[in-house]
Amino acid sequence: MSDHDHRHDHSDLSETELRVRALETILTEKGYVEPAALDAIIQAYETKIGPHNGAQVVARAWSDPAFKKALLEDGTKAVSTLGHVSRVGDHLVVVENTPQRHNMVVCTLCSCYPWEVLGLPPVWYKAAPYRSRAVKDPRGVLADFGVTLPQETEIRVWDSTAETRFLVLPMRPKGTEGWSEQQLAELVTRDSMIGTGFPRTPGAPS
Amino acid sequence: MNGVHDMGGMDGFGKVEPEPNEPMFHSEWEARVLAMVRAMGAAGAFNIDASRFYRETLPPHIYLGSSYYKKWLLGLEDLLVDKGFIASGEVAAGHAIEPAKPLKHGKFSRNDVERIMVRGKFGRAASAPAKFKPGDRVRARNIHPITHTRLPRYVRGHVGVVERDHGCQVFPDSAAIDAGENPQWLYTVVFNGAELWGPDADPSVKISIDAFEPYLEAA
Repeated sequence: MSDHDHRHDHSDLSETELRVRALETILTEKGYVEPAALDAIIQAYETKIGPHNGAQVVARAWSDPAFKKALLEDGTKAVSTLGHVSRVGDHLVVVENTPQRHNMVVCTLCSCYPWEVLGLPPVWYKAAPYRSRAVKDPRGVLADFGVTLPQETEIRVWDSTAETRFLVLPMRPKGTEGWSEQQLAELVTRDSMIGTGFPRTPGAPS
Repeated sequence: MNGVHDMGGMDGFGKVEPEPNEPMFHSEWEARVLAMVRAMGAAGAFNIDASRFYRETLPPHIYLGSSYYKKWLLGLEDLLVDKGFIASGEVAAGHAIEPAKPLKHGKFSRNDVERIMVRGKFGRAASAPAKFKPGDRVRARNIHPITHTRLPRYVRGHVGVVERDHGCQVFPDSAAIDAGENPQWLYTVVFNGAELWGPDADPSVKISIDAFEPYLEAA
């Protein structure tokens, strides 16, 4: 392996930018990648994936008991029946929050996260404070997000140590009886599907 | 390996600080790095386990002191050099010097983008029946491989209960070091907080990992 000790990394952005450009030039010159294909990857990440996909899954589960049952049994299979959500890979497991149990997802070893339904993970999810504390002090971590749960609520932390990906199905907010799926989806936040937040409350400013 | 990447249960990193309205990328180069990692992986230069292993083997101070995508860049460079796809002096030179090495799946082109937007399949046929089933008590083995593993330190030696069986899947410990897929049964194993963190732990907390069968023994 090359020796990083001789590199002086002071987050010198221009140095990093130069290295990234150099690497892309080399990969292109060697015929490994087309720059236009890299552009297309980035565009796909920017437009096709994101928490809007997960929000539609959650809203459907809140509206359709049969779908919810199927979703909790086999997340990948159930989500693939929603034509308007981009396809998901294997091993998606959906876990349901209840008054008795709150689920929270982490990857202590790296940054595993259900990209297709939540998009690319935020920096905090990939950073040391969350990865180190989520498994030992989840209530403390939730407090950092301004979230408090009753002491009697069980907290279940899912450490994503393999290729299984976890999506939290939050509880449907009160006061949403008769709402359409589209209305419900607008209440679903990214963090509520990681387990570090709740859905928006009807009527509250978003 | 017992690296700094294995962070579960460590103290001292401070509060979680969510960034309001966080952008997808904080600089354009981050997006290029992400795209290069995905493209070269899809072209067959390396698998996902090797790419994780190369980030983990960055020196601890580099790992902790680098942003997420900086780690991806450094890991990618090392991986491509070690696998012979680029030469060590080429990045400094800023252009290709050595001839290209053939990629298993050929050049990554625009037509390949669609397929990489869906995660790969990691399930494989089983070569032996599962040793454990939901409800079984298991102990995470006290092992310390110096190469890649997905068994976090904080559970080693501790007893939990098998909750789910995910079938047989590619074994990262083997795949990361080019020792083949060596598929293994995968289970969700649940631990009580007190089992992992001692008698002062919050009694309402349970933690699970996904554990491959070689990580476990009957308890």
